[in-house]
Amino acid sequence: MTGVNTLRPAERLKIPRQQAIERPPEERCRTFQEVSLGFDEERALVEASRCLECKDAACVKGCPVNVDIRGFIELLLARDHLGAINRIREANALPAVCGRVCPQETQCELMCVLGKKYTPIAIGKLERFAADYEIRHGLLLPPPRAQPGGEQVAIVGSGPSGLACAADLARLGYRVTIFEALHAPGGVLRYGIPEFRLPREVLDLEIQRIEALGVEIVTNVVVGKTATIDELFEEWRFAAVYLATGAGTPHFMGIPGENLVGVYSANEFLTRVNLMQAHRFPDFDTPIKVGRTVAVIGGGNTAVDAVRTARRLGAQQAYLIYRRSRDEMPARREEILHAEEEGVRFILLTTPIRILGGPDNRVCGIECQRIALGEPDMTGRRTPMPIPGSEFILPVQTVIEAIGARVNPIIQTTTPGLESDARGTVVTDETKRTSRPGVFAGGDLARGGATVILAMRDGRVAAASIDEYLRARRQAAHPVGAAAGNVG
Amino acid sequence: MESRFPILAKTMLAPTIARVIVGAPLVARKARAGNFIIVRVTEAGERIPLTIVDADPAGGTITLIVQAVGKTTKLLCALQQGDVLRDVVGPLGNPTPIVGCGIVACVGGGVGTAELYPIARALHQAGTIVHAIIGARTRELVILEREMAACSTSLAVTTDDGSYGRRGVVTDALGDLLAGTPEVGAVYAIGPLVMMKAVVDLVRPLGLATYVSLNAIMVDGTGMCGGCRVTVNGQMKFACVDGPEFDGTAVDFDELIVRNRSYADLERIGDQRLTCELASAGTETR
Ligand SMILES: Cc1cc2nc3c(=O)[nH]c(=O)nc-3n(C[C@H](O)[C@H](O)[C@H](O)COP(=O)(O)OP(=O)(O)OC[C@H]3O[C@@H](n4cnc5c(N)ncnc54)[C@H](O)[C@@H]3O)c2cc1C
Ligand SMILES: Cc1cc2nc3c(=O)[nH]c(=O)nc-3n(C[C@H](O)[C@H](O)[C@H](O)COP(=O)(O)OP(=O)(O)OC[C@H]3O[C@@H](n4cnc5c(N)ncnc54)[C@H](O)[C@@H]3O)c2cc1C
Ligand code: FES
Repeated sequence: MTGVNTLRPAERLKIPRQQAIERPPEERCRTFQEVSLGFDEERALVEASRCLECKDAACVKGCPVNVDIRGFIELLLARDHLGAINRIREANALPAVCGRVCPQETQCELMCVLGKKYTPIAIGKLERFAADYEIRHGLLLPPPRAQPGGEQVAIVGSGPSGLACAADLARLGYRVTIFEALHAPGGVLRYGIPEFRLPREVLDLEIQRIEALGVEIVTNVVVGKTATIDELFEEWRFAAVYLATGAGTPHFMGIPGENLVGVYSANEFLTRVNLMQAHRFPDFDTPIKVGRTVAVIGGGNTAVDAVRTARRLGAQQAYLIYRRSRDEMPARREEILHAEEEGVRFILLTTPIRILGGPDNRVCGIECQRIALGEPDMTGRRTPMPIPGSEFILPVQTVIEAIGARVNPIIQTTTPGLESDARGTVVTDETKRTSRPGVFAGGDLARGGATVILAMRDGRVAAASIDEYLRARRQAAHPVGAAAGNVG
Repeated sequence: MESRFPILAKTMLAPTIARVIVGAPLVARKARAGNFIIVRVTEAGERIPLTIVDADPAGGTITLIVQAVGKTTKLLCALQQGDVLRDVVGPLGNPTPIVGCGIVACVGGGVGTAELYPIARALHQAGTIVHAIIGARTRELVILEREMAACSTSLAVTTDDGSYGRRGVVTDALGDLLAGTPEVGAVYAIGPLVMMKAVVDLVRPLGLATYVSLNAIMVDGTGMCGGCRVTVNGQMKFACVDGPEFDGTAVDFDELIVRNRSYADLERIGDQRLTCELASAGTETR
């Protein structure tokens, strides 16, 4: 395979990092069409040719699921785009999603040696190119379906963690059922991340591909309510359960005025739009209201998604209020840049202290206070300290809080013997086992809020553990010929 | 998957109130008094909460009683046996704690009577003595009179216009009941927010426990959006997972009344659209 790239290393270094094609800000900031169009083939090939083909590729170690980045880039260069996407899929069941939403700048691209003196390879955009190529050319074929013969495994939650776990288990021959509380699968990919970053057709195709492996997705089931974990084992005859219910319960700041009309959690705001299609009201029935001026509180992906969504719903002025500096915003760099281009105004080093309402109990303003950053705390981030006397009021009609979320307690409170910590996060060991035999957990449920790819890694680790657990059980039940069906 | 939630029977209890029996075996198995479901009627539809009025675990069905007040409920009331609901999820919310002793008053207003009935019945079956009061605007909107009578020691009916039962509102009848039956130890009230607020105001000086069911605007019904937040005892609670039942004396009703009108103007648009759609559908079939 080596030798596809005929450029000498010095020549490769001279090529600038390729830029993705993007819809211009003035065109896109009123529509929900995808902002980034990714690379065309020409750009992808030029970008791939920048790769130095390191022997001990650091980028691969920077990827939480260790996608063979070097290998797939080489396949791209050889114009074996299908080979490239299949190489990615060996480690990552949702490449079209991850190419779009992973924080590459803190993972694979951070490790790229080119980044030390030059700019790193655009690994995310290349991943996306390979995935889109497959979709565009109709090559996304149903994968070979394993003959299901193994035990039944239940997965609770159809976010990236549950989907990744399901894909691996199905490939191993288990009969997998995913239970999802909402009416559509995908978790945050469905209800949180907006269409202009992750089009629904792309998400639907990725999920269909996992279903094609033989995975059954049952929507409208709230485990803990519709059926408890104990019932899944005893009545539904599942042999193991993977919990991947995420961290979906929104925090509120606890400042005065939060229950005024016009205050949303980012979860509610984004769910109304992404899941319920409120931006298409009245063709869709769910309403949403956005004032002329909107303030979003927070600095993560959720906040940036909310503020850009507010712009698209017609807000003339959209503020993002964050208590630290721009460099400390946890959101993906690319999205921060896109938000700026779309006219979002960042009010940094500032925290809201009160939401103001008019006589009609609707939001009419937000009072804020400036922040100074003190000494670094345990996480190395500087502690925000309010500056007395620096208060000011912004007139706004809508306030959206995006200050984080915690895990939903429904399962923990209905599952005796399932250990969780003070914040409700389910406790697991490194193999994703919980305190209950046969019950595994991962993703945001076991981490607090994290990322799509870490949730997927947990799902893969859990799939391997579940396989091991069920093999051991089989072994114990039939000490001689332990194989059940073709699982083995 | 598409036909998981068929409508097996439908009857009109009043011109704008339908009783609908839906096939939803998983929900039926687990439903308890006080639980609700979230329904989505069509693919483009809104998710709305409805109380599980009755459940038949063996037959795999649940009973809903729906008052047509806006687009989604009108759509639901217009469905017929054989139609299907797109999505049904539940049972959600905390079931009402049922203690089988003492004497209680159960007060239902409007379609709230449908939400109250499963609780009154469960209390009665557990051995509690139930005095029931149900109110409606006018005679034809009085629902479940027979059912409520069957599970209560006394039943008073009030109508705003006096067309049936006693003229007046439920608090008039409740005042009399509490005066005549001082042994009443708790009051369960479900109905419009203003009604529940009036009941709480009446009962508060007596120091009785008052349970109300809060009909906040919901989206997911699982604690994921916070849209259903209410203030109880000065604290933020999510009606869908912390309730829907709360100690009425601690509820900030005025705030909830305002919040429930958040989308009134848009709801009118949705409603008008449906009226047009139904009208044109009607002319087409003619
Ligand atoms: C707005 C937003 C933007 C984000 N942007 C990015 C980004 O750009 N890049 C990135 O890497 N990460 C991003 N994240 C974080 C990322 O989405 C999460 O870390 C990831 O989705 C976690 O995956 P999960 O599978 O653990 O849980 P989730 O994706 O939260 O999925 C959990 C699923 O379980 C379901 N569920 C919950 N309780 C039950 C129950 N009792 N029974 C049945 N089902 C249940 C839920 O409905 C949900 O569908 C973002 C998060 C948000 C909110
Ligand atoms: C726990 C609970 C149980 C309920 N049980 C019943 C019942 O058994 N029978 C019954 O007829 N009604 C019940 N309701 C009320 C019912 O949900 C609303 O009447 C319905 O949502 C109105 O929707 P619509 O589109 O028809 O009307 P719209 O015109 O959209 O709204 C009319 C009014 O209903 C309320 N409402 C609107 N959307 C929602 C929503 N998504 N969630 C909650 N309220 C909303 C608002 O206050 C609004 O002003 C219950 C509500 C709750 C919270
Ligand atoms: S309805 Fe979303 S949290 Fe209650």
